[in-house]
Amino acid sequence: MTDVLVVAELLEGQLRRNTLSAVAFAKKVAEGTGGSFDVLAIGEGTEAAAASLAPFGARSILTAEIEGGYLAEKYAPTVAELAKSRSYGVVAATASTYGKDLLPRVAARLDAGVASDIAGVSTEGGTLTYRRPMYAGNVYGHCTISTDVHVVTVRQSEFEPAEESGGFTSSEAVEVSSEGATDRIEFVSLVAQKSERPELSDASVVVSGGRALKSAENFHTVLEPLVDAFGAAMGASRAACDAGYVPNDLQVGQTGKVVAPKLYVAVGISGAIQHLAGMKGSKVIVAINNNKEAPIASVADYFLVADLFKAVPELTAEVNKVRGAG
Amino acid sequence: MKILVPVKRVADPNNANKMKVSADGKQVVSGDLPWAINPFDEYALEAALRLLENGASGERSGEIVIVSLGVDDVQTTMRQALAMGADRGIHLKADESALDSLVVAKALKAVVDAEKPDLVLMGKQAVDGDSNTAGQMLAELAGWPMATFAMSIGLEGNTLTVGREVDTGVLTLKVTLPAVVTVDLRIVQSKAVTNGVTPASHAYPDDIRHISVKGIMAAKKKPLESKSLADIGVTQAATVTYSKFELPAARTGNTRYVESVSELVKLLQTQAKVL
Repeated sequence: MTDVLVVAELLEGQLRRNTLSAVAFAKKVAEGTGGSFDVLAIGEGTEAAAASLAPFGARSILTAEIEGGYLAEKYAPTVAELAKSRSYGVVAATASTYGKDLLPRVAARLDAGVASDIAGVSTEGGTLTYRRPMYAGNVYGHCTISTDVHVVTVRQSEFEPAEESGGFTSSEAVEVSSEGATDRIEFVSLVAQKSERPELSDASVVVSGGRALKSAENFHTVLEPLVDAFGAAMGASRAACDAGYVPNDLQVGQTGKVVAPKLYVAVGISGAIQHLAGMKGSKVIVAINNNKEAPIASVADYFLVADLFKAVPELTAEVNKVRGAG
Repeated sequence: MKILVPVKRVADPNNANKMKVSADGKQVVSGDLPWAINPFDEYALEAALRLLENGASGERSGEIVIVSLGVDDVQTTMRQALAMGADRGIHLKADESALDSLVVAKALKAVVDAEKPDLVLMGKQAVDGDSNTAGQMLAELAGWPMATFAMSIGLEGNTLTVGREVDTGVLTLKVTLPAVVTVDLRIVQSKAVTNGVTPASHAYPDDIRHISVKGIMAAKKKPLESKSLADIGVTQAATVTYSKFELPAARTGNTRYVESVSELVKLLQTQAKVL
């Protein structure tokens, strides 16, 4: 029987939807071992987050209201204390930059082993075995953890968001620990990018552009109409981000986001190993590139060999026709 | 100022798709792929050099100590880091396959206690295990503040202003040394590191520096001491163990090359059924 504590991710007083991947993991472990799972909303705006979390079947929702911006130094002691005092078998979060920042600090406080960015879990025989991508997704390892408590981060693209299960879990405030190395660190600012488009990490279609688009202007006038024709999220290669064509937070890959949409369209992206690491789990991959030898071919299901400046507007028109817009 | 840069060797990351798994599934086999410094550690070393030098004149202050865990052969990789400009090295003898992040973090903590650096600068992750955990664990064990996913670092006196590349944008922190900073790839962009010494007009290339012949010659004479984990008081065994490795399932089917947009649209509708 393993009880799981999920650490929710909050942004600007709201629950981030990516938390539901960690909840899905927790449900699986709880169901597979006959245990339960709780969710901790920690940070600012925990009341609203607790309300959003209520219908997902948790045993308890715990809130730890902490003012000021997020600092791992500030949050880790409270999470670790809770894990110890309530004897959870697993502490989990989604493997976003938030989860990856915070949970290893929690693990160090608990002297616990970490399985990070897992793609799967098995509860067979009462043992938790984690499956995780390594070597930029070119090898998968199956690991077990020997410490009493396990610390786990969950790859969002590999765990479908948990669905509401109908009930209503009430929330309970927990004690905030004031320990932690917070005297030498200060939160200055979070400059967040705003977009009307779906979020990259959970969009069902992603259209990404590479350096071959040649300019920020072309991203805007050539690629964006295709993105919107699909109702997709926009992504980019490292080269396109580095060249300043689009903001860095659109990068797909080893640095940036890992995505696994139903459809991934790579426009003018050659396909470095670091980029493939972030998208090769996609169900259908389309490449549009004038070089049919480009490494993206190793993962593409469909490869349109064409000049993107001709093909993309044409494809945009076709997709609009099919989807009944424009 | 003294900076400790942990350096891990990894099998050639640009050929990670050539990694194999032994027939019994118990080991990952890198075959004849050459060893290289983990790219994110290389970026950390570049950032350390930029923090301690005048980029225009080449004048250096402070000390950069590298530390590596591994079999004796990791010294070859360590010499490359010394050739890039680190001053001396500490080799901790270990079987790399028997380590996990917690052991590594405890070993680094022991080195931190002995060396008392002002800053530990390291890669956000090693691109073999892809765990992204050791830096954070070290910071907590040391009771130090940290900044992970660093894309910019500004040094002013005893304080670093660090821009962190997070999912939602850029999060800026101020940390007072000593601290742990883990770097992401944009830390090597031309103006990403400022130290108040290098003139603002100086533009670094958007990359790590090349190793010079002079650097290679100098590296041969730089101090590199070798110790066991027991020597530094670390007896912990790995808490995370791998029972099996496998290669990912190949993507179904072969790449279907198409010549026209209309053909592509038709396939997406009728075959892939995603449109």
